[in-house]
Amino acid sequence: MKNLEEKIFKIIMIGAAIIILGVLIYIIGTICYKGLPALTWDMITKLPGGGFYLGKEGGVLNAIVGSIYIVFGSLAISLIISVPLVMYINFYLPHNSLLSNVIRFSLDILFWIPSIVYGAFGFALMVYLGIKASLIGGIITVAMLIMPILMRSLDEVTRLLSRDLPDALLSLGATKYEMIKVLIRQLMPGLITAILLAIGRGIGDAATVLFTAGYTDNIPSSLTQPAATLPLSIFFQLGSPVEEVQNRAYASAIILTLIILALSFSARYFSSKFSKNKI
Amino acid sequence: MHRIRAIKDKTARHFMLGIAIFTILFLIVIGLSLFFKALPIIKEKNLWELLTSANWKPSKGDFGFLPYIISTIYVSLIAILIALPLSILTSIYLNSYASKNIRRFFEPVVDLLSGIPPVIYGVWGTLTIVPLISNKIAPNFVEFSTGYTVLAGGIVLAVMIIPLLISIMVEVFRSIPREMTDASLSMGATKWQTVKKVILRKSFPGMIAATVLALSRAFGETMAVLMVCGNITQIPHSFFDACYPLPALIANNYGEMLSIPNYESALMLAALLLFTIVVLFNGLSRFTLNQIERRFQFS
Repeated sequence: MKNLEEKIFKIIMIGAAIIILGVLIYIIGTICYKGLPALTWDMITKLPGGGFYLGKEGGVLNAIVGSIYIVFGSLAISLIISVPLVMYINFYLPHNSLLSNVIRFSLDILFWIPSIVYGAFGFALMVYLGIKASLIGGIITVAMLIMPILMRSLDEVTRLLSRDLPDALLSLGATKYEMIKVLIRQLMPGLITAILLAIGRGIGDAATVLFTAGYTDNIPSSLTQPAATLPLSIFFQLGSPVEEVQNRAYASAIILTLIILALSFSARYFSSKFSKNKI
Repeated sequence: MHRIRAIKDKTARHFMLGIAIFTILFLIVIGLSLFFKALPIIKEKNLWELLTSANWKPSKGDFGFLPYIISTIYVSLIAILIALPLSILTSIYLNSYASKNIRRFFEPVVDLLSGIPPVIYGVWGTLTIVPLISNKIAPNFVEFSTGYTVLAGGIVLAVMIIPLLISIMVEVFRSIPREMTDASLSMGATKWQTVKKVILRKSFPGMIAATVLALSRAFGETMAVLMVCGNITQIPHSFFDACYPLPALIANNYGEMLSIPNYESALMLAALLLFTIVVLFNGLSRFTLNQIERRFQFS
């Protein structure tokens, strides 16, 4: 009797795992099946031509470049803030001090705030500062979104770091600042993993850039010009009644999915490398 | 030489402290600015009335959030009901049954599911789930459904929160001391009995915390849900009615509403609601998780 129950539940559990695996394959399969026929070299290398949204010539280079600009801009901002912060929590503040707990709790909340709230806040902030929907608006808002992601994953690897190396450095007479310069090198693979994760989230999120970055058919040449983004380009093309345009939405979806796949696998590669090198 | 090193060290320390304070302030600033932006409408109408009225006519000054709140709750509940059993079963399997190779194979699966952008989930939903509901499922229950429904939103959202639930639950299961499960197994209990009587019971608070976090993510999910749930302002009466969750309301109307009085303030109230839910739910789950950590620390 108890063996029967054992068997039944094992089968149910394996079933659940297979369903989840199946859904992943189903999603990627659907996107590829629909998108591959429409995926051409032009999609990646050309800007939208005249009548693009009626099914004529062109590609989504504007959105690809716009997304890259926004993600790397926001990455730069959030790196400047998150790396020092994580170092501060881990090496300057005493272990489990009140301040570090308060910071970690705020980071937790920032991490869980929905991207649409960042989008709305970002837009309100831009109105307040008198900035129109533009590259810089998108960069600031996406930076808010990916900063907590970056901090949390960096904090996780930093916490795992053995305390021996910092102690050895300090006992050799290094200042804390010099110690951190050495430790950063030690943390590099973890930092890269965190960066890749953050890029993945930043490049795929639509709700943050919906009001803040605007949309354009050109590549922005200054920070104050609007910028197109890949998720929004998928969203807008999908909303078109023209079939060719819809197919292009699927092709753009493949491009985005491929970017995410590449980021995810490189993140995995770096984090496995990290666990091997750990002292 | 010494002095320069000391100055560098001191500057770095102050810079870092500044950033630390900035981060905490940033959270407070978001909350406060949402609150002050929402204040005009809260002052004009009473908050309770705003939350419980179903009358939404911005041009006439009627802002009743009830349809949006109910839609959000329905969609999220369906998502949790679908995702929770699947995630619990899979996490137990990965934690107690699966071989190391299967576990290693499953990690990137969960990673990828959590990495896929919302908009891709939305495209997948409109391509597969929506027609499935419209052609296969709905005809068994109602006369006609476009497929852009509460159910479609719930299913897509379920897939999106599964990786989140699994990764938290695997952590929670892992935090159970090995001695406990070993003791149970050595008394002759089968694996499933150990899971049922030891692991599930011990990790119950952790599972609640995971569920609460997943719910707060579900409430705020925008793009994917917006693409499959129909976006019609009404209180949905069945799974096969279209609905209009709060994040979709903000996404569809924000930026275009500046000419109608109080409209912006109303949408900011929607954002404030989401923000408040996230803060509350996070505090709750953090409290529970801390309790767990404390309980297992010395055992």
